[in-house]
Amino acid sequence: MSGLRRASELGLIACTVCGLVCRSGPGDERRLQGDGVDDAMVCPRCGSGLHRRKPHSYARTWALLIAAFIMYIPANVLPIMRTASLNDVDDNTIISGVVELWRAGSPNLAVIVFTASIVVPVLKFLALGALLLSSQLGSDWARLQRAKLFRLVELIGYWSMLDVFVVALLTALVRFSVLSLVQPLPGVIFFGLTVVLTMLASMSFDPRLIWDGKDTDD
Amino acid sequence: MGPTPPTALLICEYCDTVYRRRPLVHGDVARCVRCEAELERHHALSVNTLLALVLTALIVFVQANMWPIVTLGLSGQHNSTTLWGMIIAMWREQAQVVSVLVAFTLFFFPLAKMLSLGWLLWFARRGRRAPGFVPLMVALHHFGPWTMSEVFVLGALVAIVKAHAYFDVVADPGIYAYAALTLLITIFAGVDLRQLWNEPLVGLA
Repeated sequence: MSGLRRASELGLIACTVCGLVCRSGPGDERRLQGDGVDDAMVCPRCGSGLHRRKPHSYARTWALLIAAFIMYIPANVLPIMRTASLNDVDDNTIISGVVELWRAGSPNLAVIVFTASIVVPVLKFLALGALLLSSQLGSDWARLQRAKLFRLVELIGYWSMLDVFVVALLTALVRFSVLSLVQPLPGVIFFGLTVVLTMLASMSFDPRLIWDGKDTDD
Repeated sequence: MGPTPPTALLICEYCDTVYRRRPLVHGDVARCVRCEAELERHHALSVNTLLALVLTALIVFVQANMWPIVTLGLSGQHNSTTLWGMIIAMWREQAQVVSVLVAFTLFFFPLAKMLSLGWLLWFARRGRRAPGFVPLMVALHHFGPWTMSEVFVLGALVAIVKAHAYFDVVADPGIYAYAALTLLITIFAGVDLRQLWNEPLVGLA
C-alpha cells in the first residue's frame, strides 16, 4: 500500500461535514487540538470545526456505549407494553413480544423484530467495543474487515427503533375503554434511549482510527 | 504535491487516504482502495429530477400525516390513528421521551430535510446558491441520520400483524402513502448531497 498516502502524512485535512480538502501547516497543531479554543481551525467553506480525528473519539464513544448498555438492561428486563382487557392484564417484554408474534402465526416478522430489537443492539455493543479496543491497541489485525464492520453498524443501527414505533402505534390504536387497552411501560423508554445512545456512539467513533496504528505487513 | 488545487483532491472519510479526483461517467462508483468505502458516485439524476422527487415526497408526506394509518375494530367500535395521534397518545401515557423521539424522527426531521432540500435544489437548478446555503447544508449533514420513516413502515406492519389476532384490521390510505414515501426516500438515500457543494455556480455565490 506504499502508493496510498494519508491526509495526515501530507498535511491535509478533510472537513467531516462538507468534504473540502484543507491544508494545515505545522503551526496549526495547537489550533487543531483545541476543541473550544477561540482560534480553533474551521473549514473555510462550511465553517465547521476542523480536526485530524474526531475530538476525544475514544472517550466519547466509550461513554456513550457504556451508557447505552446500562439503559439496555432495564429495556430488556422491564415490560415495554401492557395489554389490558376485561378479564386479564398482560405485560410484554421485548422477548415475550417476539415469542407472541412467532406463535400468532408470523414467524417471518418475528425474526425481523428479533433481529432489530435484540441482534442489532447486541451486535452494536460487541462491534463498537471490539473496534474501540483494537484501535486503541493500534492493532493492524483484519483492518479491512473492521472498516466494513463499522459501516455495517452505521447502516443498520437505526432499524432498532422498530419496536418503539410498534408500541407507539398500538398505544394510539387500541383504545376500546374497558374492553381492550394498550399502554406503554417504562421498558420502551429505556429501549428508545438505548437506540439513541448507540447511534450517538457510532457517530462519535472515528473510523480513521482503525488505520492509524503502525503497519506490520505492508 | 505541487500546487494542486484542493478541490482536485478527494479524501476517504473512512480511512483518510488521499486521491486525485477523476471525472466519473454514467454508472461509475469511485471506491477507496484501502478500505473499500465509497468515495464518490456519478449521479444519473439531474437537479431538476431531484427537485421533482423532493416535491413528490413532500406531497406524499403531507398525505401520510393527514390520513389515518390503520383502523381497528372490536365488537362494533372503531378506532383509527394518524402519526400525530401516536405522538399525543404516547405523551399522555407518561412516555414523553418516546413521544418526542417519534415526533422528531418521523415528523420534524423528515419534514425539515425535504423542505431544505427543496429550497437548495430550487436555487441550484437556476445555477444559484440558495440564501442560507451553508447553514442548511451543515444542518442536513447533522440531522440526516435521524430520519426514520422507512423503519416506521415496517413497524406499522408488525403492529398490524400483532393486532390482527384480536381485532378487525383495516389498512387506511396513510399506510400506502407511507409505503410510497419509503420508496422515494430509498431513491434519495443514494444521492450524495456533498456534490451540491461542488456544483459549478453561475453568478455570485
